[in-house]
Amino acid sequence: MRNAMIIDGKDNVAVAIEPITAGDSVTYACEGEEVSLTAQQDITIYHKLAIRDIAKGEPVVKYGEHIGIASSDIKAGEHVHVHNVEGHRENLEAKE
Amino acid sequence: MTFYGYRRPDGRVGVRNKVLVLPASVCASDTTRIIAQQVEGAVTFNNQQGCSQVASDQQLTMDVLAGYAANPNVYGTVVVSLGCENCQMDLVVEAIRARTNKPIRQVIIQEAGGTLKAVDMGVRYAKEMVAEASMLQKEEFPLSELILGTECGGSDPTSGLAANVLIGELSDRIVAEGGTSILSETTEFIGAEHILARRAATPEVHDRIFEIVHRYEKALQLVGEEVREGNPSPGNKAGGITTLEEKSLGCIHKGGHSPVNAVYDYAKQVESKQGLVIMDTPGNDPSSVAAMVAGGAQVVVFSSGRGTPTGSPIAPVIKITGNRITFAKMEDNIDVDASPVIYGGDLKEMGQDLLELVAEVASGKQTKAESLGYTEMAIARVCNYV
Repeated sequence: MRNAMIIDGKDNVAVAIEPITAGDSVTYACEGEEVSLTAQQDITIYHKLAIRDIAKGEPVVKYGEHIGIASSDIKAGEHVHVHNVEGHRENLEAKE
Repeated sequence: MTFYGYRRPDGRVGVRNKVLVLPASVCASDTTRIIAQQVEGAVTFNNQQGCSQVASDQQLTMDVLAGYAANPNVYGTVVVSLGCENCQMDLVVEAIRARTNKPIRQVIIQEAGGTLKAVDMGVRYAKEMVAEASMLQKEEFPLSELILGTECGGSDPTSGLAANVLIGELSDRIVAEGGTSILSETTEFIGAEHILARRAATPEVHDRIFEIVHRYEKALQLVGEEVREGNPSPGNKAGGITTLEEKSLGCIHKGGHSPVNAVYDYAKQVESKQGLVIMDTPGNDPSSVAAMVAGGAQVVVFSSGRGTPTGSPIAPVIKITGNRITFAKMEDNIDVDASPVIYGGDLKEMGQDLLELVAEVASGKQTKAESLGYTEMAIARVCNYV
């Protein structure tokens, strides 16, 4: 059963669309293929989890865009939220 | 698709037929409350401004006052002023007249001779106006006459996954019908402004999108504040939104996929039949909704992940949530459950259903915010807040 989703193929976090308990299999669709990993922590419904390891200082990507910077190393399957992500203002005019 | 609305003498089309008892300032606001309570069909609101303001700040208030009176959902306006405030009666009437030729009556409390005499005058004027308004017959109009306001408040991750996506689908359909859709909340473009700028119809609109975002950030920095201090809110975070960028990337979905044809300043008159436009408003919901209604929006669609009751004194507000738990908990307040967008629903079909609901509401169907009597509003201040 799909219990998570990603929005863009570039995302490194998925959104839980059902309540997820540590140890659960997390399944989401990516370009038509089902992908699974194991949740390392409980994930509240609609919160995010890492779908691959994200090193401290790397951008966290959702909607295919940067939503912040990892403030600590995040392992695949871990909860991604204010405790391990910081907002980061980018110069988007230059990026555009 | 069509709806049944009210033709106004200025050529615009209303979806409600209210008489507005308009307080020129905070000092007239209790008087307008007392007047409107006596007159079935009259509406008012609490204006906390209208005096002791610097010029640019007063202009924001004046644009909301004039815009409310000119909104086509209003048949006519009884303006009530104290008499000595900065928003003088002649200035308010002049600002309204610049936008519309609809009926206006005037009550100045200090000239009338105090509360009881002013209330007596105001009630009689409002009753006469309601009687005239009640004689109007509805006519059939195309949806291209609609200016749709779009808002999100109390967001959570489902707003960006479902409710705002559905509103975006609706916005594209309103644009395809030849109408106008307004995307608002400049604070919630921060971190996503490059995506909107890519969709600008002209280089001028492209530059204006960056300009309004940077202006907002700079204005806050000038007073030593950081936009992130208040945004995301505690409720946004509890729901799972981590950063302002994440909130913004969800917020801008309300604008669908259409080109951005214009950027309007706060509460300025929006043209009809203009496609997708942006209005520069704060993320604070009541003052953002007030600006779009002052701009002429007859109907507002409003997404909320956490659930919010906010309405408007003169425009129906349709509430939409993408969170199935919130819909189950707050169904009394929320009109549409958009959560099927997440769980395999057909977005195109849901967009068509929502367009039909907008047409029904435009023809008179009460929204939940209307049936519960929600009319709160706020007016932005020149020192921007989030």
